[in-house]
Amino acid sequence: MNARVPRLRPGFRFQWEPAQQAHVLLYPEGMVKLNTSAGAILETVDGQRSVDEIIAALEARFPDAGPLATDICDFLEDARERHWIILE
Amino acid sequence: MSATGSSLNNQRPGPPLWLLAELTYRCPLQCPYCSNPLDFAETRDELDTESWFRVLREAREMGAAQLGFSGGEPLVRPDLPELIAEARRLGYYTNLITSGIGLTEEKVAQFREAGLDHIQVSFQASDPELNDAVAGSKKAFRNKLAMARAVHEAGYPMVLNFVIHRHNIHQMDDIIRLCEELGADFVELATCQYYGWAFENREGLMPSADQLATAEAAVNAHRERLAAAGSAMKLIFVTPDYYEERPKACMNGWGSLFLTVAPDGTALPCHSARILPIEFPNVREQSVSSIWYDSPGFNHYRGDAWMPEPCRSCDEKDKDFGGCRCQAYLLTGDADNADPVCGKSPHHDRVLAARRAADHATVPLAELTYRNARNSRVFARA
Repeated sequence: MNARVPRLRPGFRFQWEPAQQAHVLLYPEGMVKLNTSAGAILETVDGQRSVDEIIAALEARFPDAGPLATDICDFLEDARERHWIILE
Repeated sequence: MSATGSSLNNQRPGPPLWLLAELTYRCPLQCPYCSNPLDFAETRDELDTESWFRVLREAREMGAAQLGFSGGEPLVRPDLPELIAEARRLGYYTNLITSGIGLTEEKVAQFREAGLDHIQVSFQASDPELNDAVAGSKKAFRNKLAMARAVHEAGYPMVLNFVIHRHNIHQMDDIIRLCEELGADFVELATCQYYGWAFENREGLMPSADQLATAEAAVNAHRERLAAAGSAMKLIFVTPDYYEERPKACMNGWGSLFLTVAPDGTALPCHSARILPIEFPNVREQSVSSIWYDSPGFNHYRGDAWMPEPCRSCDEKDKDFGGCRCQAYLLTGDADNADPVCGKSPHHDRVLAARRAADHATVPLAELTYRNARNSRVFARA
């Protein structure tokens, strides 16, 4: 059970960039180009959904991918350590 | 192959991801390390609002995502709120790079409403006396403090920028404590880069190797302390490349990511490049796309066919692109040369001489050439 709710750190913005054909994370004077899975996870980070709800949503969206909990939790922990997101 | 335009190895460059909009060269401060051109006072014909709208739109269509409003002091442009709103509407991440002079709580709120993502406030020192002496203004520090607090309270991410030089490099502890007190997310401790006015004043600005080592140790100790406390405040310490043995990959390569548009519409691969003896295009005459992909100015140093030795046969040329063209020009008189920061450069002795001078420099702050219109006109006449 993981009821914690991730949200983007204030000042950080997530958006799709057509020129890069990728999701990016924008922050003061910086930009990270995200790979497909990081983009799919951050797309669900809306400050409302819990980690469990995010896992359920992504497993429903990608039914052939198998269990995703470990990958998603690892990514969110990594994003928290980089101070991209707040997880509480 | 000529050095203009055909040295791309047939690779089309990627789009400009970064746009720096230098809205004006006007500024109420007189910092002696300003990166604006020495003859800035000759530029009077600033781009109007509609022209900036077009530049923003064209660069965004190409893929630019980060936008800096800079100057001079961008707050002197009365159309700044409109420019912010248009930029945000287009999807840019919008950064306002300001001295804080001319900012008010009302403007902080108004810009927020218009969609501004981030305000970076620059300081000159951690105390009012030194700050105001460097800035050439008697009430700058007080104003900056108040505005840094207002920016934080309005919910912006807080980036504080301190330009570091030999007269304030001993203040690292105080600076970092001040930033913590103000609630900064990012702190840029940016040692002067020696272009523009800073090149003129280099001897009076460049820290000695000892000063630099002491400052670096202080910053590292604070980093460890902050990390142990779980603080998200990030310290970015930019050291002067004059103390390196290999040059920086300047701008990540000429015309590769960065596009600067100067107040008069001149388009540049970096904000310093207009010192070079190269003809640069103007957004009044050409689309941003044709400037970026087709102009001789932007193609001049793309690829590596232009490189003389020792860069040409160097196995690190894809890593650092031969360093900085402006630095090569300022230190050797020929922008094609290897950046003299490089230990392989035949002109490396000029960098070593600057380091030796920094060990013994005695130039006081008051004797630096301050960046103001009067001094600028002297440079323009020369």
